[in-house]
Amino acid sequence: MTDFTPNEMMTIAASRELSNEDVCFVGIGAPSAACNVARLTHAPEITLIYESGTVGTRPDVLPLSIGDGELCDTALFTVSVPEMFRYWLQGGRITTGFLGGAQIDKFANLNTTVVGPYDHPKVRLPGGGGAPEIASNCGRIFVTMALTKRGFVEKLPFVTSMGHGEGGNHRERLGLKTKGPTRVIADLCILEPDPETKELAVVSIHAGVSRGQIIENCGWPIKFAENVIETPAPTEIELSVLRDINARTKMAHQGAGTGKEAA
Amino acid sequence: MARILSLAEAVAENVRDGDTVAMEGFTHLIPYAAGHEVIRQGRKDLFLVRMTPDILYDQLIGVGAARGMKFSWGGNPGVGSLHRFRDAVENHWPRPLEIEEHSHAAMANAYEAGAANLPFAMLRGYIGADLPKVNPKIRHIACPFTGEVLAAVPAIRPDVTIIHAQRADRKGNVLIEGIVGVQKEAVLAAKRSIVTVEEIVDELAPPSPNSVVLPTWAATAVVHVPGGAFPSYAHGYYPRSNAFYIAWDEIARDRDSFIAWIKENVLDAKPEDFARHAVKTSARAA
Repeated sequence: MTDFTPNEMMTIAASRELSNEDVCFVGIGAPSAACNVARLTHAPEITLIYESGTVGTRPDVLPLSIGDGELCDTALFTVSVPEMFRYWLQGGRITTGFLGGAQIDKFANLNTTVVGPYDHPKVRLPGGGGAPEIASNCGRIFVTMALTKRGFVEKLPFVTSMGHGEGGNHRERLGLKTKGPTRVIADLCILEPDPETKELAVVSIHAGVSRGQIIENCGWPIKFAENVIETPAPTEIELSVLRDINARTKMAHQGAGTGKEAA
Repeated sequence: MARILSLAEAVAENVRDGDTVAMEGFTHLIPYAAGHEVIRQGRKDLFLVRMTPDILYDQLIGVGAARGMKFSWGGNPGVGSLHRFRDAVENHWPRPLEIEEHSHAAMANAYEAGAANLPFAMLRGYIGADLPKVNPKIRHIACPFTGEVLAAVPAIRPDVTIIHAQRADRKGNVLIEGIVGVQKEAVLAAKRSIVTVEEIVDELAPPSPNSVVLPTWAATAVVHVPGGAFPSYAHGYYPRSNAFYIAWDEIARDRDSFIAWIKENVLDAKPEDFARHAVKTSARAA
C-alpha cells in the first residue's frame, strides 16, 4: 500500500461521494480538490459550479479563489452572480453543495463567522459568503473538515449556516425541503446524521485510524454507528491524480508576480 | 453621457468624504488603481460596500478611510484572513469599523433591487442561520399570495460605484466579459459611477452579442487605466497574480510592514504604475 496523508485520504474519500449525475456547488480548498479529483477519475461528466458564476467548469489547476480565470476559460457558460444565486441555486437546480467551515457541531451546523461574541469577537472569520443559502437550497450537502477539538465543538458561538439545527425534524419545521448535510468527510473518518435524531455518528473509519484517535480529536462525546466500516485506502490512481493536480496548482500559483513588484 | 476623465479627476469629482462607496468585481476586474487613488486623495469616513472585500478593502480599512462596511465574505480567497480588517474589528485599529453583514445571495439580490429602483430585495434565505439575530437590516416578509415567509434586505444604493472593465469606446460605452460578477447591477444601483478600463477603442466590437455592455448614459466617468485591476485580473488581458494574494498575507499581518507597503506602492505611486501589468494575452485576443 502506498503511503498517504490524512488530508489526502479526506480529499479522496470526499471525491468518491460524487458521481456523473451531480451538479455540484464547489467551495474553495478541500471541496474543490475533491470535486476535481472526482471529475478526473470516476465522474468525468460531473457538473461543477463555482459561485463566481462559472457553470460546467473543468480547470486544469485548482483555483486559489472562486473566481480565477481558469474557471471561466474552461466553463460551459458563465452567468452574473445575481443570476447564479437566484436562478441556479435558489431555483433548486443544484443537487449537491460542498461546504467547509472553521467549526461544526454535532448536528452539522457550521460556523465561519466569529469565535467569541459577535460584537467583540476573539477571532473574526471571513463570514458566510454563499454558505447560508447553499446549505438550505442545494439538494444535499457534503462537509469536509479535519477532525480537531477546535473544529468539532459541542456548541457553536455562531451558526453561519444551518445543518440539522437542533436535530430531529428541525429542518422540516422551518419549511426546508432539502436534505441538508448527509455526509461529513473528515481526515480520520466519515460521519453521517442519525436518521431520527440527526446527531452525527461515525460510519466509516479511514485505513490506519483508531477509534481512540477519533474520540480524542472530537470536541463532543462522539457516537459510532452500529456497523462501522473501514474506508478503503486511496488507490494508486486516485493518489496520483490528486498529487498531479496539487503539483500543477502549486507551480501555477507561484508564477505571475510577487509581492515586491506589485502595484 | 459618461465623461472620459483622468483617474484623479474622476475620483475628485465623484467620491466624497462620508460617501457610501461600492467597488465591485467578483475576484475578476477589481478596481485596484481607482481604490488606490481614493487612498491617495485622502477620502475619509467612507461606508464601503462589497460582496467579497478582499485585499483592496483591507488596504482602505488599514489606512483608516472607512467608518463602516457592508459585506458578505471578508477574506483573502484561498489564503486566509484579511489582517487589516481583523485588526479593525478585533482591536479597533486604526479606528473602529461598523459592520453590516449579509450573505452573498442577499447582497446580490440587494444590488439587483437597487438597479431596479426597488426599496428592498427578498429571497429564500438565512433559514436557521444566526445573521438575522445580529443584523437588524435582515427582516422577513410574508408572500401576499402563499404566506411563505421570506428574508428581506434593503436595496443597495451607493453614492458612487467604482468598477474596472476591459474596454470602452470613445463615447464612453463600456464592455465587460468573463466573470461579470455583480458589476452591472452595482453601477445601475448607484447615483454616480466610475469605470476604469484597459483600453479605449474606436469600436467596442463585442465578441458576442451577449457581452455585458454598460451604455455611456448609464455611467458617470470612464477612465483609461491599463493594468488597473492588478493583482486581480482582466480576462483576455492579464492573469490574476495569485502569488501576490499569497504574499499579501505577510505584508498585511504586521501594522508597520503594511504602512511601509502603502507608502511605497500607493501614496508615492501613480495610476500609470499599473500600466506595466497590462499585457494583452494571446489566448483570448485570437
